[in-house]
Amino acid sequence: MTAAAASTRSDALQGAPVYQLSNVGKTYARNAIKALEGVGITLTQGSFSSVIGSSGCGKSTLLKIMSGLIPPSTGRVVLQGKPVTGPRRDIGMMFQQATLFPWRTTLENIVLPIEIRDGKAAAKAAKTQARALLELVGLKGFEDTYPTELSGGMAQRASICRMLITEPAVLLLDEPFSALDELTRDFMNMELQRICSSRNATAFLVTHSIPEAVILSDVVYVMKPRPGRIAEVVEIDLPRPRTLEMMTTPKFGEIVAHIRGRLDKEAFI
Amino acid sequence: MSNLERIADTAANEGDTVWAEKTGWMDRVPRWVKMLLVFVIFVLLWDLVTRFRFVSPIILPTPVETFLDLIFVGQNLLSGGYMLQALWITLLEVFYGFLLAIAIGFSLGVIVGETAFGEEAIMPYLVAIDTMPKVAFAPLFVAWLGFDIDSKVALAAFIATFPIVVGTAAGLHAADTNSRNLFKTMGASRWQTLVKMKLPMALPQISTGLKIASVGVMAGAITGEFLGGGKGFGELIRVAASQLDTPRVFALILYLSVVGMGLFSFVSWLQRRVVFWQKDRVSAASE
Repeated sequence: MTAAAASTRSDALQGAPVYQLSNVGKTYARNAIKALEGVGITLTQGSFSSVIGSSGCGKSTLLKIMSGLIPPSTGRVVLQGKPVTGPRRDIGMMFQQATLFPWRTTLENIVLPIEIRDGKAAAKAAKTQARALLELVGLKGFEDTYPTELSGGMAQRASICRMLITEPAVLLLDEPFSALDELTRDFMNMELQRICSSRNATAFLVTHSIPEAVILSDVVYVMKPRPGRIAEVVEIDLPRPRTLEMMTTPKFGEIVAHIRGRLDKEAFI
Repeated sequence: MSNLERIADTAANEGDTVWAEKTGWMDRVPRWVKMLLVFVIFVLLWDLVTRFRFVSPIILPTPVETFLDLIFVGQNLLSGGYMLQALWITLLEVFYGFLLAIAIGFSLGVIVGETAFGEEAIMPYLVAIDTMPKVAFAPLFVAWLGFDIDSKVALAAFIATFPIVVGTAAGLHAADTNSRNLFKTMGASRWQTLVKMKLPMALPQISTGLKIASVGVMAGAITGEFLGGGKGFGELIRVAASQLDTPRVFALILYLSVVGMGLFSFVSWLQRRVVFWQKDRVSAASE
C-alpha cells in the first residue's frame, strides 16, 4: 500500500470477510501460459471492490475462477467459509450484455435462476420477490414486457434483478455497463451504488474504466500482466454515498492519476 | 439580399413543392396493380406466341385452352372426382414425408449440433449424402418399398430431411458465449441448457430449414410419382404429358403450385407465431 491509500479505513472494510482468495494462481495446461500468480483478495461484507488492468492481465481468468467456472491451479478460493468448487447459487453474476432471453418476459427472465435450480413451481413462487426487485431497480410496470422492447439500460436493470433473485452473498460484475453510452453508464453506476447499499451487498467489479472503478469502490485492485498479479491495492476513502459531482474534485483526480500512473508503467511494455 | 440568404430563401420556398413530394407516379400505384400488370403482359405475350403459331399448340397451348382446362380440373377437384383422389394421395405423401423428415431431421440435427461425436463423426457423412443428387435414389426406394405411397413418402422425406438437420445443427451453435456462461453460473444441467436456452435460440434457423424442406418435400413426392407410378397427382401429370395434352399438364401444375404455396405459407405463419421475437428484427431488416 502506498501514500494514496486511505489514511482512514472506510466503514465497509471493517466488515466480516465474505469472499477470500489467497495465493491464487492459474496456469492453462493447453499452452502452459501463466495467467495468474499469487493473487490475494478479500471482500468484506457490504464492501465494493474493483479490479482494473489492461487487456490480458488475467481479469477474466480471475472472474472465471471466482464464479466457479474454472478451477484455480494453486491457492484457496473460499466463499462464506466453503471452498468454491463450481457454480454456486450464492454467487451472482452480471455480464457486459444483459443476456435476457427474448422468448421470456422480463419477469420470467428474472426468475430463470430459480427455475433452473428449484424448478417451475419455485420460480412461480419467486415472482412476488421478482416484482419487488423490479421496483427496486425502477422497472415497475415492465413485468410482462419482452426484452426486445427494453432499452440497453433497462435491460441491464432487469439483469441486475436476475442476479439478485437468488440472494447471492457476492455479486460479480463483468464490465456490466460498458456497452451503454457514457451518460447512461454514469447514471447506471449511481443506480448500482444505490442498489448495492440498500441491500448491503458485497460486490466485485471488473472494469477498464479507472473513473468508474474509483467512484464505485472502497478498494481498487490494480493488476499487471504476464503473469497476471496484483500490483497495488488502492483504498478509496471518498465519503459515501458517492455522487457524480465528486468526479470533478481534486482528490478524485489525484486517485485516478495515481492509478493511471501505475497502469502506464506496467501495462504497455 | 446576400447569396446565402437567397439560397436559404429559395430552399424554403421550394420546400413544400419539390422536397416533400418527390415520389414518382410508380410509387403511387398499389402493389396489386403492378403485379396484375406483369400478369397481363405475360398472358398477352403468351397469346401472341400461340396465336401466330411461333410455337406449335402441342408444345404450348393457348391461354384460353389452359384457362378452360383449369376450370375443368377445378370442377373435377370440387366435385370429388378422380383428380381429387389423386390429389389426396399426393397430399398424404407430402404430409407423411414432411412428418418423417421433421422427426429424423430434428433428431439428427440435435445429435450433430449438440454432441462432439455427432459433429466430428456423423456430420461428414450427412454432408456427403446431401451433395448427392437425391432424386437418383428414387428407383431404389421403389425397389425396396414398392409402387405404393411408401416409396414416395421415403423420397419426399429423404429430400426434406437435410435442410432440417442443417438448420437445427447450425441453430444450436448460434448460442453466444454470454448465454452459455450465464447458464453455467446458474448451475444448469446439459439438458436444461439445451431445452431452456439452445433450442429456443435455434428456432429461427430451424424454421428456415423447415421452409426449405417444405419446398423439397413437394418436389420429392411428385418426382417419386413420376418415377414410381402410383395414383397421385404426379401420375396424372405424367399421363397427360404422354398424351401430349399440354393444357391439362399446365392446369395440373398450377393446382399443384397452389398446394405448395399453401404449405410454405403455413410454415411461414407458424414461424411468425412461434418465433414471435424475431418479427421486429425481420421487418426492420427488410425496411
